[in-house]
Amino acid sequence: MADRVLMKGNEAVGEAAIHAGCRFFFGYPITPQNEIPEYMSGRLPEVGGVFLQAESELAAINMVYGAAGAGGRVMTSSSSPGVTLKQEGISYMAASELPCVVVNMVRGGPGLGGIQPAQSDYFQATRGGGHGDYRTPVLGPASIQELVDLTIAAFDMADRYRTPVVMLGDGILGQMMEPVQFPDEPVTDLPDKPWVTTGKGDGPRRLINSLYLQPEVLEQHNHKLQAKYDEIAATEVRYSENRIADADVVVVAYGTTARIVSTAIDHMRQEGLAVGLFRPITLWPFPGAALAEAVARTRAVLVVEMSMGQMLEDVKLALCSSGVPVHFFGRTGGVVPDPREVAEQVAAILGRDGETT
Amino acid sequence: MKTVFDKPVSLTDTIVHYCPGCHHGIVHRLIAEVIDELGVAGRTVGLAPVGCSVLAYNYLDFDFQQAAHGRAPAVATGIKRVSPNSVVFTYQGDGDLAAIGTSEIVHAAARGELITVVFINNATFGMTGGQMAPTTLVGQRTTTSPRGRKAELCGHPIRVAEMLSTLDGPAYIARVSVHKPANVMRARKALLTAFRCQIEGTGFSLVEIVSNCPTNWGMTPRESVKWLEENMLPQYPLGEFKVTGGTDQ
Repeated sequence: MADRVLMKGNEAVGEAAIHAGCRFFFGYPITPQNEIPEYMSGRLPEVGGVFLQAESELAAINMVYGAAGAGGRVMTSSSSPGVTLKQEGISYMAASELPCVVVNMVRGGPGLGGIQPAQSDYFQATRGGGHGDYRTPVLGPASIQELVDLTIAAFDMADRYRTPVVMLGDGILGQMMEPVQFPDEPVTDLPDKPWVTTGKGDGPRRLINSLYLQPEVLEQHNHKLQAKYDEIAATEVRYSENRIADADVVVVAYGTTARIVSTAIDHMRQEGLAVGLFRPITLWPFPGAALAEAVARTRAVLVVEMSMGQMLEDVKLALCSSGVPVHFFGRTGGVVPDPREVAEQVAAILGRDGETT
Repeated sequence: MKTVFDKPVSLTDTIVHYCPGCHHGIVHRLIAEVIDELGVAGRTVGLAPVGCSVLAYNYLDFDFQQAAHGRAPAVATGIKRVSPNSVVFTYQGDGDLAAIGTSEIVHAAARGELITVVFINNATFGMTGGQMAPTTLVGQRTTTSPRGRKAELCGHPIRVAEMLSTLDGPAYIARVSVHKPANVMRARKALLTAFRCQIEGTGFSLVEIVSNCPTNWGMTPRESVKWLEENMLPQYPLGEFKVTGGTDQ
């Protein structure tokens, strides 16, 4: 492994992308992710790539769509209001089966919202976000090292399944600095793409399209996409479990919230409380089966998010026949929960002996 | 016997779905002729818009990538930046380019993207049944201006060719028509110049083609040509608005 370097999250994403063979970036300024386009504007020309600041997030995602259709490994980044603008392009790319990586450093919403971190784009990311029946893999890193590793994996996943992949970060992850290691060798073995449209040469011309005016044909296309999503759901689920085996309460959290919860669990364990953490890493596909297995013997589940309760719904869905009561604690608008607050919530749950919701 | 004229190789045999008298057919043929003459069909990528010509990819034998409504110049930018050797062109109507896509066309032009834009201006949203467009004339009746477009309510039409010519990025901007044979020949020449601009790396090129829409104008093809001459051309004068210049400022 190469040496560890201290890097800011936003810059680490950029470096990881370049490491993964990304040579095209189209983006637009928005707090709290500006270091991503700024970093790419410096680094991409050094590696023979192209950085272009687009006139809007909407234009940027459409440039990504074109670049992907021409065979490039391409990324864009933004934060919540800008990612909303990208939903059109993401729907078109999912429909046309084009690969890319979209990084969302989530901030408080809805509307113009705030610039502080939040996790209130979970629905947008995991439920498609744009129109139509589609999904995109969604990855929720909880450290800068994980951000690096998952970004590299995201490009591979995007090309393998021909799909946009969403990295769901937040302002904390983007702004903080941690030591990271990059793999020794950059990715050089890029897959063949026999479907690109850059000029037919001598062969028959190709078409990248998502228009299917005949209903039966469009339905068939949707089934084809669904088969792909089923395959991704069967093979790409990622999660991590910490101190689950004897837990009376299992806390479910992702991203930086999971780190806060981890600290709370450290304190609670010292006080003799049996609490564990289940941390989804792929938010889509959601590790529902693994979660149901993990909480089989626990008394209660507490979902903690920096939102009004979005992943909460996936947890409830996964546990609907388990009988385990599911509680929720959230702070939002850019407010970051304190480990103490989390501990108080758990204590309150444990204090209600034998109570079910 | 000597063949003096033939259907261009790059124009497919698929029967077009356009209305009788529509100028799309002529322009498609000109594009195919010009690309064939330049010998670049093998490296051409077209961007089809959303509009009557959404199916343009069925009529032209090039690689095509479909674009969302108005976004073709942005998609074309992505393609050209990844594949600079491709000859990339967009084919857009006035709803696509001058309504929803105004930001994308202005910025692609300002950046001097090495793409060619073919802009069909017929003062209406044809495919969706003839709604008012940013290029609809004051007083013109459409399905969303049933009493005629009123300037005090929704302003004046946009002259795209002139507007983009104020930018330093474009190298060639022209407005032509195809309603008479002499105009068709001039349009062909403009398209040739435009594509040469791209191939030689001179800069961004756009050809605005004042066209008709007999169906949504509520006219016969012949009436529509007369209406175009009498009403469209005074509003959208033909000519070359930018002939020199490029991106190396």
